[in-house]
Amino acid sequence: MQALFDEFPVILEAFWLTIRLTLASGLLALVLGTILAGMRVSPLPVLRGIGTAYVNIVRNTPLTLVIVFCGLGLGLVLDVSFSTSLSTNYLWLSIIGLSAYTAAFVCEAIRAGINTVPLGQAEAARAIGLTFFQNLRLIVLPQALRAVIAPLGSVLIALIKNTTIAAAIGVAEASLTMKTLFESHGDAVVPIFFGFALGFLILTLPTGLLFTWLSKRLAVVR
Amino acid sequence: MTENGDTTPLVVLADVNKHFGNLHVLRDINLTISRGEVLVVIGPSGGGKSTLCRAINRLETIDGGTITFDGQPLAAEGKTLAKLRSEVGMVFQSFNLFAHKTILENVTLGPIKVRGIARAEAERRGMELLERVGIGAQASKYPAQLSGGQQQRVAIARALAMDPKMILFDEPTSALDPEMVQEVLDVMIGLAQEGMTMMVVTHEMGFARRAANRVVFMAEGQIVEENTPEEFFTNARTDRAKDFLSKILTH
Ligand SMILES: Nc1ncnc2c1ncn2[C@@H]1O[C@H](COP(=O)(O)OP(=O)(O)O)[C@@H](O)[C@H]1O
Ligand SMILES: [Mg+2]
Repeated sequence: MQALFDEFPVILEAFWLTIRLTLASGLLALVLGTILAGMRVSPLPVLRGIGTAYVNIVRNTPLTLVIVFCGLGLGLVLDVSFSTSLSTNYLWLSIIGLSAYTAAFVCEAIRAGINTVPLGQAEAARAIGLTFFQNLRLIVLPQALRAVIAPLGSVLIALIKNTTIAAAIGVAEASLTMKTLFESHGDAVVPIFFGFALGFLILTLPTGLLFTWLSKRLAVVR
Repeated sequence: MTENGDTTPLVVLADVNKHFGNLHVLRDINLTISRGEVLVVIGPSGGGKSTLCRAINRLETIDGGTITFDGQPLAAEGKTLAKLRSEVGMVFQSFNLFAHKTILENVTLGPIKVRGIARAEAERRGMELLERVGIGAQASKYPAQLSGGQQQRVAIARALAMDPKMILFDEPTSALDPEMVQEVLDVMIGLAQEGMTMMVVTHEMGFARRAANRVVFMAEGQIVEENTPEEFFTNARTDRAKDFLSKILTH
């Protein structure tokens, strides 16, 4: 138990990294996922095809593979670099992997949301002269997003847990830090484990509650 | 709203054909709509009336013939098409108001985003139109808070806000409770009297008699008969039309 208190600042820092990973990847995934959803409902078959292929490939690839590819493939082999600091560089590479992966799930959630918007509204929008993009941005997506806040909350919770896979390329988020602490405090693995598990619960449970509350508050009345 | 002196027709459909797969829904449609004219389209369900409306503002493409609007052939895509659509108002059976926008926002969205009118000006004009259709007091509510008749009047105001050259009405009162039909028809009769060019798919004979210049009877994708409302309802020429009228009259 004492180990938990002694290492508290280290644990806190690890979770702070987890939070940053989540926020950055979540935001990027939301943007990319929305673009992909737009592609999947576009009138251009090429865009629809690209969108569908992306979602099906990425969703069916293990995240560890994606992260390792980003770290070693992009980082080492292709020499993609965001920073001279090695740890910052791997952090960004893992953010790319996490957001690319999560975007596929965001896309599918939003696409389900688009299906809840009555077709007649999109037609009425076309009939007053809105272009496809205006229609998507002003009429369809705002309603689609508000309809899928709860599923997006689940995607975010999955992302919080998935950030642990960044450990595979040495990003010192919570799970990698836990492993390090196991090694230095062999006598305290159980309390350390529960400490970290509790940390994740503190992140995920309120997120779930918040999104449930938001989804009720923002629901479009029909 | 009548364009004084301009005697060129507003809409000309020439040999228009449309298929849905093997289904031939518009067959050699030839139809001219003059400026200021109110045309009522009537006919059995599945006869192609909605498709005809939708073809005119190109919500539906055609696969034969030509449609000319205000002297220009309908554009295929892009900016010119959006411009055409902004000049042809459309009122749907199911209202199709934007559920996440207030009543006033429903009416000002087009003017602001399509016409580029300043928000304040669009809101001033929007309120004016809402007052006119009798919904001024509900401007800040959402569509779901309004009755069907009120929603349909908002939909008419939304179409009017674009200053369209013409408005298409596709069975505007069919989805309404009976007691709300008249309030919508009254607004439409007012528009007709002011000279708005209108094509109205409806089975409301009272409206046709009071407001229409011409009735077109459509069945199985064809224009079967064209006449003045009075002649059509009292003295239909074709058996097809007589048969149809006997059915709606007994209701
Ligand atoms: N998008 C569509 N796809 C396939 N068939 C359609 C579509 N829209 C309409 N139809 C068919 O075309 C015919 C004409 O429909 P419509 O124009 O809606 O007739 P009306 O408005 O006179 O009832 C009907 O048989 C209908 O089932
Ligand atoms: Mg119809």
